[in-house]
Amino acid sequence: MTRHLRVDGPNHDNRLDHMAQGVIGQPLNRLEGPLKVTGRATYAAEARPANMAYGVLVQASVPAGKVLEIGDAPGALAVIQDKRMIRYAAQGLDEKGPTSGPDRIEYMGQSIALVVAETFEAARHAAQNIVVRYKPEAVPVDPESVTPELPPKKQSAAGDVDKAMREAAFTLDQVWRTPSQMSAAMEPHAAIAEWDGDSVTIRAALQMLSSNRKQMADALGIRESKLRLLSPYVGGGFGSKLGINAEAVAAAIAAKELGRPVMVAMTRQQVFDLAHRRSETRQRIRLACDAAGRLNGIGHEVLVSNLPGSEFTEPVAQATPFTYQAAHRQVVHAVARIHRGCAGSVRAPGEAVGVTVFECAMDELAELAGIDPVELRLKNIPDVEPTTERPFSSHKLAEALREGAERFGWSGRRAPGQRLEGEWFIGMGMAAAVRVNMLQESRAKVTLVQDGTAIVETDMTDIGTGTYTILGQLAAEMLGLPTDRVEVRLGDTQFPPASGSGGSFGAASSGNSVFLACEEIRQQIAKAMGCDERDLTLQDGMARAGNVAKSLSELVDGTITGEGHLQPGKTEKSHRQATWGSHWAEVAVNRWTGEVRVRRMMGVFACGRVLNEKTARSQCLGGMTFGIGIALTEAMEHDPRDGHAVSRDLAEYHIPSHADVPSLDVHFLPERDAYVGPLQAKGLGELGICGAGAAVLNAIHNACGARVRDLPATPDKIIAGLEP
Amino acid sequence: MQITLHLNGTSHHLDVDPRTTLLDALRHHLGLTGTKKGCDHGQCGACTVLMDGRRINSCLTLACMVEDRDITTIEGLGTPGNLSPLQQQFLDHDGYQCGYCTPGQICSATGMLEEIAAGWPSHASDSLDAPFDLTHAEIAERMSGNLCRCAAYSNIVAAIRQAAQETRHEDAA
Repeated sequence: MTRHLRVDGPNHDNRLDHMAQGVIGQPLNRLEGPLKVTGRATYAAEARPANMAYGVLVQASVPAGKVLEIGDAPGALAVIQDKRMIRYAAQGLDEKGPTSGPDRIEYMGQSIALVVAETFEAARHAAQNIVVRYKPEAVPVDPESVTPELPPKKQSAAGDVDKAMREAAFTLDQVWRTPSQMSAAMEPHAAIAEWDGDSVTIRAALQMLSSNRKQMADALGIRESKLRLLSPYVGGGFGSKLGINAEAVAAAIAAKELGRPVMVAMTRQQVFDLAHRRSETRQRIRLACDAAGRLNGIGHEVLVSNLPGSEFTEPVAQATPFTYQAAHRQVVHAVARIHRGCAGSVRAPGEAVGVTVFECAMDELAELAGIDPVELRLKNIPDVEPTTERPFSSHKLAEALREGAERFGWSGRRAPGQRLEGEWFIGMGMAAAVRVNMLQESRAKVTLVQDGTAIVETDMTDIGTGTYTILGQLAAEMLGLPTDRVEVRLGDTQFPPASGSGGSFGAASSGNSVFLACEEIRQQIAKAMGCDERDLTLQDGMARAGNVAKSLSELVDGTITGEGHLQPGKTEKSHRQATWGSHWAEVAVNRWTGEVRVRRMMGVFACGRVLNEKTARSQCLGGMTFGIGIALTEAMEHDPRDGHAVSRDLAEYHIPSHADVPSLDVHFLPERDAYVGPLQAKGLGELGICGAGAAVLNAIHNACGARVRDLPATPDKIIAGLEP
Repeated sequence: MQITLHLNGTSHHLDVDPRTTLLDALRHHLGLTGTKKGCDHGQCGACTVLMDGRRINSCLTLACMVEDRDITTIEGLGTPGNLSPLQQQFLDHDGYQCGYCTPGQICSATGMLEEIAAGWPSHASDSLDAPFDLTHAEIAERMSGNLCRCAAYSNIVAAIRQAAQETRHEDAA
């Protein structure tokens, strides 16, 4: 039986707090950990079907135009050009395949063909040496060079920000820029396709199998029932594997044409060209406050870019409407249509750069108004969502700010440039963290077996987020089993369709579906026990009700199966849902070289119920480190002539390394959010990045006085901002 | 061309294209996919293996160059039922998330601890002479050739320090 739930109202039951097994929330090791630390977990490119051929993508060397002719490839089995091959990756949750037709070029580096050979070495050689004739076209590649679109639905205004600026005691009006950024997951995109008659199985690096299946079936022109996707282990996603990409479509087409399995793995450089980039942004922020620091006007004007026709545009100001109160407010969202690689979701689309810049602006205003930055934020926390007047489902910003200040030793912060240790200026900075919260439809099946084991099945993915472990813990908690008695099977479209991993909604959405499936099983056990399900206690394989105790093996005849189906509902509209937190950083800035060392960093986060404190903490460490990268090192540079990605590998695009990151500190605020389903858990895969970079940038200012508004804050820019 | 690789204590005879890297020989020809390809250019460290006990990037090494060497991959360090001390500490400290850089981190850490034992200083060492304090900065500096985008860095360093400490205690006992 399937238990459905649409989240239309609050749930104050706190059911998980009343279960007996005591494993939910515990910092347990990952269930799949032994496989990962011994190299036995198999990722996309790691199946070895017999007679497999190797494919390498061929990329366009002009920014736009038409492919006239593709030359021969000596040593190759085939050069595949097929009108179904796609020009760029699908966006997250798309239900159709992206634009196809690789003979039309929309950006430099686009995939235009696939070379297949017996060996990887032969395919690579042939692909690198193939001669392509083009009819190139001139296209704009600089977002500042075109008149941007102003999508009506993405603009908002209330009151008169100009007037608020004129009448304010203190105002700030500055422009920030952030460059294109990349997910740069460690596993490059790859796929292995194998046909059996008219059915195809594709093993690929994907985050959201149920929507990926729709996209892929549409792209290949086959029925969904003829397509199976496998992603049992995914080597990081961060948005880059939300939608299907060129390598998987090409592998499937080639495998059909050649009648044998084909593997296509992108090179690291191809990942930079073909995976979605986070759009560069230009952000003008205007703030107006009274003498006491109370905001009266907030303006956030944004310019982002994408290819013509691409619906996704980086939602930079997504959190601006509800983070701080002000009577007068305006969001302007402009989109430049240019021919750089396709822009899409990269970890925390919107807030990652929007909150980061806004929190830098708040730091500048605090200084102008002579108010402590923590105080300025505390003074401007709204009681309800501004403009809509919706209540918040929960709100922990003030607590996160106060607790963070206490734990970090904020009171020891001095005025800019006042703390010098040798040749290093030392400073502290902070920022608020905020990220919208959402659920996605998700299904799961749980089977309880007579021998006291259980199996969880859903096409959900674990991209490093801890899904295997938290779903196992949930089933163990609800069914009263030790976690080693629960097997979790993920990443296969033969299992019930799940939310997938994206938008921080994976744990809560798939977790609620497992919770519901287990409630269904509990119902059946209660029936066998002759009691109400609410009076049933399950622990260590035993069922208890009143003074009756029976082992599950007595109660289960063969197996009991329950299915769970979660849908988001009215609470998404009735309440503003978000996760909250605060970031804290202490940096050292070299007074001569401008080098920045992050000495300490701490985050305080509230994200509803924490399902596994160990994996949850790791998610936050990852987000905060992305913040260090945004602040200090990460920039994908585009060639001004043709828009192509210049810094397109890991030696040119600088993600933080071991030596860039100190031992980070993470604290969770206990929270139960009643409006996000019976699990009362919210997302946290992205909260850690939202604003983290601002804490670092604000600390740089506090250390040495430099304000860098053109990110990242590389030494050259810091030196330029130092007092002579 | 015909080559012989000495791998995790076993000899393997292979027929490979001369352009085949050690990494691709492991992954494509021997089915040993524990060694990961993250960049194929020596930039990320995911392909780290041990050659005669020293850590190398297998993507920058042609298979035909290492015929007379002893190669150890992650598969040779431990099994799910019999983890090495470092593997156990990575598990306990959550020194990974997606797991893709993990075999490289563990192979690298294994070689790195040997370098410390052999008295090799690093940029972060206070002195050029051993012994070295295994501070966070010392470990982080020595591990910086291994990128982790999930950024389990704090946990990886903690795992390595713990494993090193336990090994030292064992040596002392």
